[in-house]
Amino acid sequence: MEAIKIQDIGKADLKWNIEYIAERCTMCGSCISTCTIGAIQAGVMRVDKIYSEDIKPNPLHSHKTIPVIKQVKNIANACIGCGMCEKVCPNNAIKPVRNYDNRQTLLSRDDGPIKRGGRTNLNAQRTLDHIIVGRISQMTDPALDSQRHTFDIRAPFGRVLPAKSLPFTLKDGKLTMAHKAPPVRWIYPLIFSDMSIGALSTRAWEAVAMATAYLNEKCGLPVRMSSGEGGMPSKLLESEQLKYMILQIASGHFGWNRIIKALPKMKVDPAGVLIKIGQGAKPGDGGLLQAAKVAEHVQAIRGVPKATLSSPPNHQGLYSIEESVQKMHLSLNAAFGFRVPVAIKCAASATSVSVYNNLLRDPYQICGGFFIDGIQGGTGAANEISLDHTGHPIVSKIRDCYLAAVRQGLQGQIPLYGGGGIGMTGNAAADAFKMICLGANGVFIGRLLTQLLGCVGNEHGRCNACNTGKCPTGICTQDPRLVKRLDVDRGAQKIVDYVLTFDKELRKLMAPIGNSSLPVGRSDALVSTDKAIAEQLGIQYVC
Amino acid sequence: MCRIGSIKSKVAFSPSKALYLMLPQQEGHDNSGFAMVMQDLYGIFTPYKDKPLLSLACTQRGAQMVEDFMDSHNFEQVSEWIPVPNDQPGLDIKAMPYYIFRNYDYPEYYRDKPMSEKEELLLDIRLKLRQILENADEGYVYSFWPDVLTLKEIGDPRDIATYFRLWDDNGCLMAKSIVVQCRQNTNYDIVRYAAHPFFLQGYTLCANGENTFYTKNKEFQKSLHRGYVGFESDSQNFLYTLHYVLHELKWPIKYYKDVITPLPFAEIEQREDKDVLKAIRQSLAHLEINGPNTIIANLPDGRMLTCCDSKKLRPVVVGRTDTTVAISSEVCGLNEIMPDRDMTKDIYPNEREVVVIDNDLEVQRWKQ
Repeated sequence: MEAIKIQDIGKADLKWNIEYIAERCTMCGSCISTCTIGAIQAGVMRVDKIYSEDIKPNPLHSHKTIPVIKQVKNIANACIGCGMCEKVCPNNAIKPVRNYDNRQTLLSRDDGPIKRGGRTNLNAQRTLDHIIVGRISQMTDPALDSQRHTFDIRAPFGRVLPAKSLPFTLKDGKLTMAHKAPPVRWIYPLIFSDMSIGALSTRAWEAVAMATAYLNEKCGLPVRMSSGEGGMPSKLLESEQLKYMILQIASGHFGWNRIIKALPKMKVDPAGVLIKIGQGAKPGDGGLLQAAKVAEHVQAIRGVPKATLSSPPNHQGLYSIEESVQKMHLSLNAAFGFRVPVAIKCAASATSVSVYNNLLRDPYQICGGFFIDGIQGGTGAANEISLDHTGHPIVSKIRDCYLAAVRQGLQGQIPLYGGGGIGMTGNAAADAFKMICLGANGVFIGRLLTQLLGCVGNEHGRCNACNTGKCPTGICTQDPRLVKRLDVDRGAQKIVDYVLTFDKELRKLMAPIGNSSLPVGRSDALVSTDKAIAEQLGIQYVC
Repeated sequence: MCRIGSIKSKVAFSPSKALYLMLPQQEGHDNSGFAMVMQDLYGIFTPYKDKPLLSLACTQRGAQMVEDFMDSHNFEQVSEWIPVPNDQPGLDIKAMPYYIFRNYDYPEYYRDKPMSEKEELLLDIRLKLRQILENADEGYVYSFWPDVLTLKEIGDPRDIATYFRLWDDNGCLMAKSIVVQCRQNTNYDIVRYAAHPFFLQGYTLCANGENTFYTKNKEFQKSLHRGYVGFESDSQNFLYTLHYVLHELKWPIKYYKDVITPLPFAEIEQREDKDVLKAIRQSLAHLEINGPNTIIANLPDGRMLTCCDSKKLRPVVVGRTDTTVAISSEVCGLNEIMPDRDMTKDIYPNEREVVVIDNDLEVQRWKQ
């Protein structure tokens, strides 16, 4: 018997077990070469057999040593269940199987907190799934035809002035603008959320950017993409396509220097600027790009050495919302000549309404949007403890903010965008529609995009190795060998196809309630089968 | 689907004419009520055109409460018309005990104040009266405005007209402008306040249709003006937005349509005035009306207008003679009251069209 200690890691301790059938294996080696984690390795197995070739027992011994694939039994190389081995195996000889009785959570903190990319493993219950579109137009207000009627699916991005503050003058019975108002862009209510070059592989980022451009230029859908923290390639900054991009400045201010330097060379204005205060996947915990992913090009864009890059949980020197308005909003608005909307993104929390109230009352009337990110979103790296145990679901926060504005008669003045778990079940259009009815002007999606590109990670703890640099699909890694696994064109096409379907599905939901423009705040269109949810959101309870 | 109608004439006419306009369209209404707003009054109200006229339906106690309130606020009664009902058996009407139409003179210290201040006073008084009556459940006050009379009742319009002797044409009640609907609201419980037409500070409005943006309209309007109260019907939103655009923002009437049924963004982009249209659309997104509808409105200066939803899902037709213009949901109503008109000149407004009839009965039409 092999000498082992009781504390040694065994197969039964790991979350995923490799199920291997030696008889089917042809030892082609594909599974080992595809496994980025090193969870399997080639090994040998001693096969001893006692057998008889006669009719009567005449025992003989055979001693063979056969080559096999073995699971590596340590935490660092623990299988992540991505299933790449199964995908490449020609003979169905190998696959990962979930081990419910594992001890991995107990055993994996030897090196400090667990760092993991992906969605929260807990809190997977979703409010949106308890809400139904319940107010259907029938006779007196006929439902529209989703294929025949025209729909005006656009959302504002920018500071909307109240009607009485519009700079109108009346001349010959016509209103004219006496001077400029804050910039407002009317965009598609689905924003590609901020995922940086660094978090995503260059190819994955390129695929999202390509999809964005294609949707704008070929499909007529003004979808906007946020750059994520850390800037973007100079060529893009200097291109016409910059108009589809929302430039992000996060608390690390990574890449911002490069953007400022590119300003004189910009041919067009960007779609907007997004100041990220917090993200729903790691609220109050800042961002974290592990050294493993800080490749040369990331170092170049961000101007940093190869080290774990931590964005602090807050913008340095930011002492209050008022100060943030003064310092950040004003300076960023000024940087672009007050032609570009500047919005703010916060993690959903118990204080979301306070922040929104402050923004609404800002005397400069300068904040161009409030993005709230819920706990169920997130890609990239985070401490698992943050991912699973901090934050706030998005739905009631959007609703609370909207109703706070309603109470003051200020709804619509600072557009609300919600994200974090939108499309978690694969049906982003239904989620977006419900969010809009509850008061959002639009939604943003991130993780869904990576999943469309081929990411297999999910909230049940599958894969989620975004932080390791070993993403088996080439989406969240900077390893050039792995990045090649991702087909940019096919990835972009998947995103485009999904958004086109999203658009159709959104119409399919707008038509039955008889609306041709977005039903922002039409909470009467929704019902809930859960009494507590109905009560909290102020919608009808049905059973 | 409701039926709505209005008549504007150079010569004063009786309310029966409005009933004749509406009754041929009976299939479209359910005989659940009758309501009208008369403006530019004649008959017994001729001498009091500049004195605010209070229209209310109430109980005896309610009447006393109103009287006490008006006395305590120094309003001096100058005239009163209390209809003597023809309460014959078998009438389908759920009448209130008292209908009071009473002209007042302004409190002395208000008489020399500008009309704009008087307008605010009249609104405040009506709102206060409404609150008092509502709290005590003793009645309903519909309008308090010079030269405007509002009557609302539950029951069969024919019987209601009999009850109030509106068929008699005795010259007592006359007006040059009436907006009318023969129906209670159907979307909600029957509430007298919910019956069209609605009135606010000289603006009268009747709507045929459904406002699917009712909730968002209501949530927004609640904070816009103290007079935007009630919300018993989704059609009140039309009136409040009309009042907001014209009275509060003081924008020309053409912009009303740009608020309630804004052009799609793609079309706005083609327009020379796109900056203005976009600014209106984004600032007043919560006043947009979605859903099928047609409205008829009367303005404080006497102009009458009609317009439809952006998809033209509800009908409306405008007919004319030399002395009269009538707007109606269906042409059969026009045929009844103006059979000799030139039907080829009937106007069927389109989805993006606004039709305005001025005081010389000239008809203006413009595309949004």
